[in-house]
Amino acid sequence: MAIVQLLSVWLIPALIAFILLYGTAKKVPTYEAFVEGGKEGIEIAFSLIPYLVGMLVSVAIFRASGALDAMMEVIKPLADAIGLPAEIVPLAALRTISGTAALGMTTDLIATYGPDSFIGRLASTIQGSTETTLYVLTVYFGAVGVKKMGDALKVGILADILSFIVSVFIVLFVFGR
Amino acid sequence: MVNLIWVMMAVIGIVFAAVNGTMDEVNKAVFESAKEAVTISIGMISILVFWLGLMAIAERAGLLDKAARLFMPLVRRLFPEVPLGHPALGYIVSNMVANMFGLGNAATPMGIKAMEQLKKLNGGRDEASRSMVTFLAINTSSITLIPATVISIRMTYGSAAPGEIIGTTIVASTISTIGAVLIDRYYYWKRMRKGRKP
Repeated sequence: MAIVQLLSVWLIPALIAFILLYGTAKKVPTYEAFVEGGKEGIEIAFSLIPYLVGMLVSVAIFRASGALDAMMEVIKPLADAIGLPAEIVPLAALRTISGTAALGMTTDLIATYGPDSFIGRLASTIQGSTETTLYVLTVYFGAVGVKKMGDALKVGILADILSFIVSVFIVLFVFGR
Repeated sequence: MVNLIWVMMAVIGIVFAAVNGTMDEVNKAVFESAKEAVTISIGMISILVFWLGLMAIAERAGLLDKAARLFMPLVRRLFPEVPLGHPALGYIVSNMVANMFGLGNAATPMGIKAMEQLKKLNGGRDEASRSMVTFLAINTSSITLIPATVISIRMTYGSAAPGEIIGTTIVASTISTIGAVLIDRYYYWKRMRKGRKP
């Protein structure tokens, strides 16, 4: 644990120092290159706004109306039938839609059931091993202006479902119930 | 597909609110979430500027080329359409490495740069190319070595072993990444059989 903590604290500063020193050694005009590259960041952030507003508003309507809760009520008996804790199902569904909402739910599950419970470990593993597909789609394709996504959404959602199933099996296998 | 999901979420929500009498909450949610979206976008400026600035140095110093060469055998196989030595490969590798270490903030700008390059390779069309779909599949199932955020939550709630889920996370995310690539390849194969352009 100490190593992991040390690594997560040191990694970013070490990377910064390394890039700056390496750039200097290679005679790159570091500050000018930084400013030039950084300008792009501003453009990208602004071009993201309409994509994010569109997606977040739609998700918010779905959640605030209670439709998301109702959807979970329908899913719960199904989850019970295959022996999955129903508490974890909303997390799986939310994870693809909203990263911050999923993190909130993971925190809630860990607080309610304890970090070392089956649900706590499962929530931790799911949160760590999956990505917010809709967010990644929106941000990556939005920033470069790709409008026709092809099979990307299908592939992303299927990959998420797979991550979820694999997480359940691995946690069951390593820790048991 | 995204159009459909986008419209359905909003319309189902509004119909549901009408039936359930939650229209007040929906009203509030519309404006709050729109505001939140702008706040998130603006908030991203600091990180985007910093990492893109730093990556510009790394790129000019030839560091991205070096990293790309290291992972080249693997990445070449995953992205057969991207020519050897193309800048897209460097950005893809950097994005994957940043994701592995849980540096989501560093990963996003590099992922965006990779997409930009892939779009150029695709003749600037607003349609996702095969490489773009593959890159997205790898991203959404991202291999994780250190789930730092989750570990910190577990510590906060007094876990006896906050780091014990690192192993399960690595295994789960590795298997799911391999699975995601296979799913991606399956859909590519289906597209080819239909005779559409890849």
